[in-house]
Amino acid sequence: MQKSKLGLDFEKVEYARSLAKGIAEDVQAFVEQYTTVAVERTLCRLMGIDGVDDNEVPLPNVVVEAIKDKGVLSEGALFFIANAMIQTGLSPQLIAEKVAAGELDITRVVTTDPQQIAHVLQPVINESMERIRARRARREHYLDTIGEGPKPYLYIIVATGNIYEDVVQAQAGARQGADIIAVIRTTGQSLLDYVPYGATTEGFGGTFATQENFRIMRKALDEVGEEQGRYIRLCNYCSGLCMPEIAIMGAFEGLDVMLNDALYGILFRDINMQRTLIDQYMSRIINGFAGVIINTGEDNYLTTADAVEAAHTVLASDLINEQLALMAGLPEEQMGLGHAFEMDPMLENGFLLELAQAQMTREIFPKATLKYMPPTKFMTGNIFRGHIQDALFNIIGIWTHQGIQLLGMPTEAIHTPFMSDRYLSIENAKYIFNNMRSIGEEMEFAEGGICRNRVKEVLGNTIKLLEDITKEGLFTALEKGIFGDVKRPKNGGKGLAGVTMKGGNYYNPFVELMKGKR
Amino acid sequence: MSEGLYSMEAKDFDKTLDLTKIKPYGDTMNDGKVQLSFTLPVPCGAEAVEAAKQMLRKMGLENPSVVFYKELTPGFTFFNCYGSYTHTVDYSTIYVPKVESNTMDMYATDEYIKENIGRPIVIVGASTGTDAHTVGIDAIMNMKGYAGHYGLERYDMINAYNLGSQVPNEEFIAKAVELHADALLVSQTVTQKDVHIKNMTEFIELMEAEGLRDKMICCCGGARVTHELAKELGFDAGFGMNTYADDVASFIVQEMVKRGMK
Repeated sequence: MQKSKLGLDFEKVEYARSLAKGIAEDVQAFVEQYTTVAVERTLCRLMGIDGVDDNEVPLPNVVVEAIKDKGVLSEGALFFIANAMIQTGLSPQLIAEKVAAGELDITRVVTTDPQQIAHVLQPVINESMERIRARRARREHYLDTIGEGPKPYLYIIVATGNIYEDVVQAQAGARQGADIIAVIRTTGQSLLDYVPYGATTEGFGGTFATQENFRIMRKALDEVGEEQGRYIRLCNYCSGLCMPEIAIMGAFEGLDVMLNDALYGILFRDINMQRTLIDQYMSRIINGFAGVIINTGEDNYLTTADAVEAAHTVLASDLINEQLALMAGLPEEQMGLGHAFEMDPMLENGFLLELAQAQMTREIFPKATLKYMPPTKFMTGNIFRGHIQDALFNIIGIWTHQGIQLLGMPTEAIHTPFMSDRYLSIENAKYIFNNMRSIGEEMEFAEGGICRNRVKEVLGNTIKLLEDITKEGLFTALEKGIFGDVKRPKNGGKGLAGVTMKGGNYYNPFVELMKGKR
Repeated sequence: MSEGLYSMEAKDFDKTLDLTKIKPYGDTMNDGKVQLSFTLPVPCGAEAVEAAKQMLRKMGLENPSVVFYKELTPGFTFFNCYGSYTHTVDYSTIYVPKVESNTMDMYATDEYIKENIGRPIVIVGASTGTDAHTVGIDAIMNMKGYAGHYGLERYDMINAYNLGSQVPNEEFIAKAVELHADALLVSQTVTQKDVHIKNMTEFIELMEAEGLRDKMICCCGGARVTHELAKELGFDAGFGMNTYADDVASFIVQEMVKRGMK
């Protein structure tokens, strides 16, 4: 049993984990019976279907809509694509183009023989799997040859709206020392039930996530990575109504990190909870297989709820997210479980509470690539104090060995970062990480002190909360507003119409293929 | 780079405060001292520093001094600078429109509603348009409130409905009608490319087209929102930085009484 610097009772931790496991199993039993339009579009993409029709509608949408319009989505896209392949002898891409042109009824069935269906799909399945494996191998080769920066990885965002301008900002950030570049998505993309196509130069507060934009940025980061002798990771957002689709695009284009929370879309984008929970499963299977580190969004709870009072909701959610991710075959090392430095800076000894919680999270998830989020809620526009708040946050990051340090910007709450804001933030983090590198090994927490007491309290409250959720189930708990003080009805929110129970001919071999083989 | 640390420059300017001619203050009245930082899209070097100094002079700054510079990435140089501002501003004649109400705390506002309106009032808020940020509307509406100021949900005499983020204006207004709202709160956090202005203008136009504009009090808020901007766009009030639920509630209830809304 590992030793806790905080006197954590690991038996209690394991009890909490077993509760979370039960909750996740309950969700999983539900999830496995259903599919969604987003999952089916993902399968279309895995069949190599890409591009748009004359009205800019992505072909995966065209195909899935055609199936849905006939009321047979429950049989799944692969069943019909296989049938069309047998019937026409064409590739899935050509079939999709014919569907778009109105020349082919995709729902015509010539066989229901599972063996025949599996047989015709096999070469396409192999090709997609190989494509993802090759991407993964490419990353691993870079890591073996040029290497990477030390943890915590320095994570910065770019958000100009124009992918080509983003490239300039991202390369500058990498040269200044950033290890991960996240391209913030344009406002509103999470609620689009399709993924836009091609390179984009217009967005609000961010840039559209498109496969072409992924490709452009991947190339730019490989260039700068080779120049700097350090692999630069690319991050985007597997959230919203297209979670698994974004995952597969990322897997094809070599993304390394994806925001991919099981609950975030429900709470903060009002996406229907059934839809999101089904979508997160498929997206995490893909991310797990592609070697992508997922980031969960617990930090957001603390932007709506109070960071001192709601600390246990973060831990409870981390535990549930961990179990749901394990069920999708995602290894612990790829779990960027989230937490945040969001207490009111005027709170006496607030730093100690933050430090205790960060250390606690580290000890409870020893293998995870924890994602630590900077202060945002109490950033006021006083850039000078803000820079100090970020410094305290950085001290905790190095002290408690966080995996990913999402760098705070002094100009948080004012504008999306200037090039110079990123420079100042990276300088701040590098100074502190270097100057205090081994502080975690040198310092101990006083017996009976503030930190030890704090984690005891947070863990105790977490267990109480998990016990409550166990009694009610996660769906009811979400309806009652347990996370982030946000209440969501089970049948409310966006995207429920895209959820369907799987039928008798439903076929998706990728679940087992991706979970089984690394 | 420490020149000026012990400034020997003659201070042969008038050191008395004149509100018709104010200047920035460093450590001596009318010294005009200003600090600023910016990035120029040029490589680091003596020419870059000279370019920064010329820029400061064009801004009206005397004795421009570049105290720190650093190339952020090839072709971009960052500067920290100081200078003495040469222009003046007449403070004595400035007029800025403000929200004209007395800010009361939660208890006083609840009392005020009981005495002057006699029924709970309905306030509906949302982060509208494409804006996905709820931090502003939550700070005003959530039970917990922000920075020690309770949110509207906690008020006994206010029925507060927070519709969350990315609410289209049409939907927001339809919901307001359904809930018989007395006042509407529009929150805008994203201001890139003035998207908030377009969205708020559209909101007011819709309210007018529906004939609702005079029936409900319309407020907007956000870090980049000012009362002046709000009035210009046709709102009744705007709440920017350092304003809280108390300010919003106080304005709404006093405005309701002023208009005789019961």
